[in-house]
Amino acid sequence: MAALQLEGLARHYGEREALSGVSLTLKEGQTLVVFGPNGAGKSTLLRVLATLLRPHAGSVSVLGRRLPQESWAVRGRIGLLGHEPLLYRELTARENLRFHARLHGVAAARVEEVLELVRMRGRAAEPIRTLSRGMVQRVAIARAVLHDPQLLLLDEPRANLDPAAIELVDPLIGAGSRRTRVICSHDPGGGLAEADLVLGLRAGRPALLRAAAEVTGTEIAELYR
Amino acid sequence: MSTVVPDRSSVSAGERTGASDGRAPGTFAVVRALLRKELLVELRTLESVPAMSLFSVTTFVVFHFALNRNSVDGDLAAGILWVTLLLAAILGVNRLFVADAEEGGFDGFLLAPVDRSAMLLAKALALLAYLLVLELVAVPAFGLLLLGPSLGQALPVLLGVLALGDLGIAAIGTLVAALAVRTRARDLLGPLLALPLLVPIAIGGARASSPLLALTHPGAPAARWLLTLGLYDLVFGLIAYALFDFLLED
Repeated sequence: MAALQLEGLARHYGEREALSGVSLTLKEGQTLVVFGPNGAGKSTLLRVLATLLRPHAGSVSVLGRRLPQESWAVRGRIGLLGHEPLLYRELTARENLRFHARLHGVAAARVEEVLELVRMRGRAAEPIRTLSRGMVQRVAIARAVLHDPQLLLLDEPRANLDPAAIELVDPLIGAGSRRTRVICSHDPGGGLAEADLVLGLRAGRPALLRAAAEVTGTEIAELYR
Repeated sequence: MSTVVPDRSSVSAGERTGASDGRAPGTFAVVRALLRKELLVELRTLESVPAMSLFSVTTFVVFHFALNRNSVDGDLAAGILWVTLLLAAILGVNRLFVADAEEGGFDGFLLAPVDRSAMLLAKALALLAYLLVLELVAVPAFGLLLLGPSLGQALPVLLGVLALGDLGIAAIGTLVAALAVRTRARDLLGPLLALPLLVPIAIGGARASSPLLALTHPGAPAARWLLTLGLYDLVFGLIAYALFDFLLED
């Protein structure tokens, strides 16, 4: 079954075209890695798939449901890790995760479980504003996988993480998670290694769309020139 | 350009069931979670209620000197009390969604499989709680600083009138705050939109409170003003309920 099916997807902000003519199919359990320079439309694509932005043209199907008509049916099955951690700065890591757990109908025990998985139980009683950026990213990852989503939408998920932390979160958001993933990346080597399908965006339009095995690092680098 | 890659995954459809076992939480559980978060953030930051309370007391002091009177009663007293409370409420309205807009709370909420109106209810309840605390400070301060007649006898009915006004302020304030917070000029737009909509509450509240604050022959509030306040609350409660979903949408 296709986890994502996009046909001629377009999205604009006022006069500015942020995405145009994006068509692709991604099967369940596969990973789509999106490359492109800043402002190419990567984050917009993630927000459309997360149901936070409406597509302005084309058709979008996520986990078998059409957007935006059936957005309600896929919320709760998506985990989003964007540039913002979606955590309240004044609340502790534990309070933030408990809040999200209540919104998703997840048991409190799961909060402790994900805190342990990202090795943040020891700092869980501290407000988010007092934690380092790497620690905040670990809590944000815990938040994104708290409800065991089928689809992970990740915008540079390893930003701010040290090598040990990257290893730590790999079972949650890496290939080992066995989830369908859409990852925005600027790292050709790392991105290609975990991709099944590669989408290269330039000024909102697809400039590259191929199976990862057929894409070279040079082609990715070309997107940024 | 469209492409499909061969299936390299061993994950079958429906294999991942989700930690939430597919059940969306009930609206009241979500309202409780949102309200709890709201009050916790306010307790930690103390951004709204102390500012609202301090503003009201300062305004009474300003009125005291500007009017050059030691005490007021009747229409004037009721007018001063309601205008001060409405202006103080605007401070809380302006801050109501700021943490959600700046810290991604909207996105976190919108990604959850929950009834969107839960946020309206939770925010309105939080604003209502702020107003009650404001009045705990402002009403005694008003009695001490400006009011001629004693508050004692009038207090129970006055609190009832204030509660009716608070319901309307909470509904209108939440609606306006949700509308303004996504704009660049939110600090300006909030008061500009809220104040005209709150004028009927100021009129109804002041007219209903005036007989209670009269120096001689204090009386009960006229039923028609209480009814006006009640109807206004109901109408704006329904309008907020009908529109709130659209305000959260892209």
